Amino acid sequence: MSASIDAAPRRDAGLARQHLIDPEICIRCNTCEATCPIGAVTHDERNYVVRFDVCNACNACISPCPTGAIDHWRQVLQTKPYTLEEQLAWDKLPVQAELDVGAGAELPLEVAAATAQATAGQGGTVSAPASAEVPRTNLYSLKNPVIAKVTGNFRLTAEDATSDIRHIVLDFSAAAMPVLEGQTIGIVTPGVDEHGRPHYVRLYSVASPRDGERPGYNNLSLTVKRVTEDHAGQPVRGVCSNYLCDLRNGEEVRVVGPYGASFLMPNHLGASLLMVCTGTGSAPMRAMTERRRRLKSGNEGGQLMLFFGARSPGELPYFGPLTQLPRDFTDHNLAFSRVPGQPRHYVQDLIRARAPDVARLLRDEESYVYICGLKGMEAGVDAAFGEVCAAHGLSWSELLPRLRESGRYHVETY
Amino acid sequence: MSIDYNEKIPNNVDLAGDKTLQRALEHWQPEFLNWWGDMGPEGSGAFDVYLRTAVSVEPGGWANFGHVKMPDYRWGIFLNPAVPDRKIAFGAHKGEPVWQEVPGEYRSNLRRIIVTQGDTEPASVEQQRHLGLTCPSLYDLRNLFQVNVEEGRHLWAMVYLLHRYFGRDGREEAEALLERRSGDADNPRILGAFNERTPDWLSFFMFTYFTDRDGKFQLAALAESAFDPLARTTKFMHTEEAHHMFVGESGVARIIQRTCEVMAQNKTDDPGRVRSLGVIDLPTMQRYINFHSSVTLDLFGSDVSSNAATFYTTGLKGRFEEGRIADDHVLKDQSYPVFEPAGGALTTREAPALNALNERLRDDFVKDSVAGVGRWNKIIQKAGIDFQLTVPHKAFHRQIGPLAGLKVSPDGRVVSDAEWSAGVGRWLPTSEDRAFVASLMGRVVAPGQFVNWIAPPSAGINKQPVDFEYVRFN
Repeated sequence: MSASIDAAPRRDAGLARQHLIDPEICIRCNTCEATCPIGAVTHDERNYVVRFDVCNACNACISPCPTGAIDHWRQVLQTKPYTLEEQLAWDKLPVQAELDVGAGAELPLEVAAATAQATAGQGGTVSAPASAEVPRTNLYSLKNPVIAKVTGNFRLTAEDATSDIRHIVLDFSAAAMPVLEGQTIGIVTPGVDEHGRPHYVRLYSVASPRDGERPGYNNLSLTVKRVTEDHAGQPVRGVCSNYLCDLRNGEEVRVVGPYGASFLMPNHLGASLLMVCTGTGSAPMRAMTERRRRLKSGNEGGQLMLFFGARSPGELPYFGPLTQLPRDFTDHNLAFSRVPGQPRHYVQDLIRARAPDVARLLRDEESYVYICGLKGMEAGVDAAFGEVCAAHGLSWSELLPRLRESGRYHVETY
Repeated sequence: MSIDYNEKIPNNVDLAGDKTLQRALEHWQPEFLNWWGDMGPEGSGAFDVYLRTAVSVEPGGWANFGHVKMPDYRWGIFLNPAVPDRKIAFGAHKGEPVWQEVPGEYRSNLRRIIVTQGDTEPASVEQQRHLGLTCPSLYDLRNLFQVNVEEGRHLWAMVYLLHRYFGRDGREEAEALLERRSGDADNPRILGAFNERTPDWLSFFMFTYFTDRDGKFQLAALAESAFDPLARTTKFMHTEEAHHMFVGESGVARIIQRTCEVMAQNKTDDPGRVRSLGVIDLPTMQRYINFHSSVTLDLFGSDVSSNAATFYTTGLKGRFEEGRIADDHVLKDQSYPVFEPAGGALTTREAPALNALNERLRDDFVKDSVAGVGRWNKIIQKAGIDFQLTVPHKAFHRQIGPLAGLKVSPDGRVVSDAEWSAGVGRWLPTSEDRAFVASLMGRVVAPGQFVNWIAPPSAGINKQPVDFEYVRFN
């Protein structure tokens, strides 16, 4: 059986992603026009340009381009792309226009409920960091989802690990899906439940940075754990997670969102991130870390400190790549709770062990705290922060509200 | 011992199934590697270089990036996919099916075309072999090496045609391609521009901008050939040539950028002062443009040429973008303007279009090179500097054809010997210019560092950061 879906075409949701060539960088070598398998590129004596109605964003032209001029995209209204005549007259690319996408889609009740529950741990509404990029939310509704294609599905956990956690890459082709690190998207599982009703939308944090799982590609990644038991350990088959984990390359998925306007990273030089996560709560941390890694040569400054808990190294998503990051880039602290012959370590233990450095970050006005993972970690982490503060002349009960007010403390737990 | 030919020599010409070709290449390949060792980039054999290797002609296949040692580079043999039922698009055989083998009557002309094209490829590697010692950055060093290995691959492409389609003659010509030497008094390369030195990086960037652009137009004309294997080979080479022109255009652009920055910071447009600040003054850039543009124009051959007419009529070599031209593609009774020196003045006359094909290709080239110079001027304008670079008149400083030896200024006036002598120091690079440029050459190899006279590029190669370790010296 195929999981492909009969749904509305990709480009009917108001926004589209238009492929453009930067006339300032392009050397008019004709490689793109020669390479394009469907004749979407054309030129006159001045510029090389892309036909909006022909280009299907297959990316065949991207790597052959010797200059990188080919790899430019703008969000445009579906009904008002830049015309060929406009493109042919350009000396440089236009800046991204602010778009009026009209009435946004309605926020599904279940999304609102899930968000409220996930952020309960931060003790109320928290604004985004002041310098955060303005997020786009709610572009695609249940009535009008966008179709993504699976272009990767890899198991992240060891073969002998008890949990099956997967890294799933979704490509949005020519449809706009602008997401920021920390935002979530909703997945619509096809079919109906035992009562004949459509399945609930499930939210997943995006695990890739804003410029795509692969830079410049219109794709994103999710970190999905196959649910085989409930919180109480009773066997249960998670409908959406099993659907996602079983997807094969090329299959299509209905996506809604994006959601989230608070759990976002600061966008200014010198900001530090203090990240605490367990299991698939690592998804937004990966996105933020990767964002910073790609900016590394830009001397963005600031520090990344990560506390990451799992049962064992084999169960820790992204264990390999994470441990290869230079220590002067991320200060990562891994806690394992089920390694045979070793005492159980939890993230809060490591926070205590690194108390002086944690206290220094909490004190720093330029640092931002992110917590994501199982609900069960909240109390332990809260207590650990309390102890760290007490030992270093800070009051957690006074500090926490200030962190919240200034958009520096974000929690998403489930 | 069996060799996996597809692994060793990536190809899409069924090398594994062609015993004769295997034998020929097995003999030639060690000689090629010897030549590369002797005449390729100096002292570079042990470097790991972040190179693009073509492993197939599909979009995903011909741009595979990774660190490789250049002697281990997988020089492959690639033909663009065949166009089914392709017909000859021009000349006396127009409308007939293209040839998959060489027609006997055109054998020697085709061989000559292939040898002439093939000879330029190793020649430019020889011309550039010392440049690595004075690279302005790791990024530029990598680009130089990429150009070099691809010129090597283009030699392979021509040698494949010689081996596969020209029997013993072809094998001998393939060997001779490795025996001639750029600038050698006794056994020089065939074309003049390929015996000039490429002494510094400004010359290198100018060469890749102008002279590799000649390659683009020659390859585009050959990609129209009725001899299908030649058409398909050159079509793919044409795709790779783009990188070389990118190196040239962006290299010169970055030098201009840096010069303009320094001029603006120091509020000066005095060339002497600009030089004292360690960057290349714009009038010197103009003289280099004049030199490289004019030397390259000569590569297109004589303005009126019966050879060019023969090559066209017999279907061996077409025009640039033949398919886009709306005419009879036979050029019967058509004419084309060419220059004619008459009594000390430069006049034009109408020559039979068939005989003026070199001139026509030269004009296509000029149009293309003028556009890039316009893009350089935008950098100068943006910096608020009142200076314009220009491409010199087509008749300036020509050594081949009826204009050879005629004294013409860059703006197209025929001038007296006295005026020429007085002006030449402003029009062409002087020995002082060359000495000054040479004095700036220094080796910068720390990742992300650039020598003073060139700006960093706006982006790295294959989306790598600019400070990526593009070359590891081991």
